[in-house]
Amino acid sequence: MATDFGSFFLNSLPNLLNGLGYTLLLTFISIAVGFFLGITLALGRVYGNKIINGFCVGYIELIRGTPLLVQLFIIYFGLPSVGIIFSPLQAALIGLAINSGAYQAEYLRGSIQSVESGQMTAARSLGMNKLQSIRHVILPQALRISIPAWSNEFIYLLQYSSIAYIIQVAELTAEGKFIAAHTFRYLEVFAMIAVIYLVLTIVSTEIIDRIAKHLSIPGIGAAKRVSLRDI
Amino acid sequence: MAMLEVKDIYKAYGNVEVLKGVSFTMEKEETKVIIGPSGTGKSTLLRCINQLSLPNKGQVWLDGEEITNPKTNINKIREKIGFVFQDFNLFNHLTALRNVSIGLEKVKRIEKEAAQTRAMQELTRVGLEAQASQYPAQLSGGQKQRVGIARALAMDPDVILFDEPTSALDPELIGDVLDVMKSLAGKVAMLVVTHEMGFARNVADEIIFMEGGVIVEQGPPKEMFTNAKLARTREFLGRIGALYGEEETGG
Amino acid sequence: MALETLIESLPSLFDGLLITLLLTAFGILLGTTLGIVLATGRSYASRPLAYLILIYEKVLRGIPLLVLFFLIYFGLPQIGINFNALTAAVLGLGLRSSAYQAQIYRGAINSIPEGQIHAAYSLGMNKLKAIRHVIMPQMLRLSIPGWSNEFTILLKDTSLAFGIGVIELMRQGRYIQVRDPDLVLVVFLLIALIFFLLVFTANKILRYVEKKYQMAGYQTEAHR
Repeated sequence: MATDFGSFFLNSLPNLLNGLGYTLLLTFISIAVGFFLGITLALGRVYGNKIINGFCVGYIELIRGTPLLVQLFIIYFGLPSVGIIFSPLQAALIGLAINSGAYQAEYLRGSIQSVESGQMTAARSLGMNKLQSIRHVILPQALRISIPAWSNEFIYLLQYSSIAYIIQVAELTAEGKFIAAHTFRYLEVFAMIAVIYLVLTIVSTEIIDRIAKHLSIPGIGAAKRVSLRDI
Repeated sequence: MAMLEVKDIYKAYGNVEVLKGVSFTMEKEETKVIIGPSGTGKSTLLRCINQLSLPNKGQVWLDGEEITNPKTNINKIREKIGFVFQDFNLFNHLTALRNVSIGLEKVKRIEKEAAQTRAMQELTRVGLEAQASQYPAQLSGGQKQRVGIARALAMDPDVILFDEPTSALDPELIGDVLDVMKSLAGKVAMLVVTHEMGFARNVADEIIFMEGGVIVEQGPPKEMFTNAKLARTREFLGRIGALYGEEETGG
Repeated sequence: MALETLIESLPSLFDGLLITLLLTAFGILLGTTLGIVLATGRSYASRPLAYLILIYEKVLRGIPLLVLFFLIYFGLPQIGINFNALTAAVLGLGLRSSAYQAQIYRGAINSIPEGQIHAAYSLGMNKLKAIRHVIMPQMLRLSIPGWSNEFTILLKDTSLAFGIGVIELMRQGRYIQVRDPDLVLVVFLLIALIFFLLVFTANKILRYVEKKYQMAGYQTEAHR
């Protein structure tokens, strides 16, 4: 039985690795694109005028108010009817990035607003303009404060990238389904997939935690990190 | 021509008039101390001078340039007006050294190494060379405020505005900060809002007494403390002297 | 005419909506009940039990919901445990949510000062009574923002039941798409709107509840 499972695992390995590659690709690209989108939206919400702020709020609330799967279906099934056609991978990347951008915007906004207003005043009093103050004083602090939330977001994306399976992206879950459908060994296959995700989750949490420690500065974000440590 | 000229400044927040026509001038290397009851517009006045708050009316001139003119590049002007805050406002993510050098690097565009050498000199001047690599959270209140002063000094300002620089400090830490400020007297112009009467008496060239959004009386410390013209000034100085014990913090 | 077909397809979307609401209701019920038990267990039960609960939470939070659905719906029948798709989806949603909710309740328990339970003991309450009459009421109030957040997440996550063939909103949308491909964009935009309104309404109601039960002096923050 054990050796049987061993050889089964080995036979499945190429497919699983292939799927894992897509899962990581989806996760990394969408967290990165979502990050820039999120920063832009967050800055727009905090520092933008009424119109920009309204636009950002609208985007964030619409995306956060609807399921990721609906967003993917609109992009992948809906848009071709108006002539915009994406491959499954493209559609998944776009959907995940757009989605993550809205969530990242919300916690980045929280971190930006948690930087005391005196920091901005002090920067301006030195002769920095608003953009310089944001770049050299506000963001370096806000980004550090948001690391724990960012870590959660990474885990979410890692897991929600599995939804791309539904629009035929051959990521980890899809490969699992494929192997299971051909071998009828559903339980082992999905247990295997579950373990892989679990290990990815634990490892990435650990890595981000180390990065956070490396970047930590006395007095910044300390309280928040302690409260999230136990998660 | 005076170095700094404040002409008839008015400022209101909503319906509350905080400043009702304040005018005075300052010369190079002069030290002036503004005193007066709380809520009388002293801090607002300082903020109106470097345009952290915009006055509703009136002008501020620095070195013959009208800085209240909307066409003036206020960031350029602020380089020349240092500001020391009551609650320090050190940049939390930067070491003491970088707090002092960041203005030189990002605003004056001085090369990092030269900026940090200069920053080190300023930290030495305020007696904190040993704390250069510490973050604000690792410093005591008095040390933070001295870094704040060094940060302002490093920009080579024409004038430094001090907004109650010792009000947030424990009593035993006030002396160090006042000593640093005293050592600057006559080297750089200082406009200081404070309740430290000892400092006002011993260091100021002139004392400005404000109340209710206007300057009530101004003059050299000796005159103000011993021979003020107005009864209101005498009453205030008498009361605050008893309250803050001017002898202890003799400056 | 597309509009007519759209109107004709509204009843099927309504059927889908009912299933979506059913999944949400039973999923959150299971998640909340189990979550409270788990959190209380982790804080007050014996060490080995608390440790087991910790592992349960970590595992369920570390597996994508879709994989959990597959394990329950396709995997378990292999060892003779059969669920229909709807039950499997409720189980998956509820179990996963319980792991997240446990974390919310535990955070709330931890933020209650220790003096509260000491004061309860000093009145002669035993541990169970102290938990029930002093800790629980405070914990539940403190947990409202986190619970609201979790509720909307679960509501949106019901769409993943599509993956194991539950005929909820998304699946109904696909059926309509197959019948009339021209309607696809409109239908999914409509479904998006339905979800948005559900989430929006839920948030409004829950914020009201939160305000109503707020304890003076206590404030909590929600995370995603």
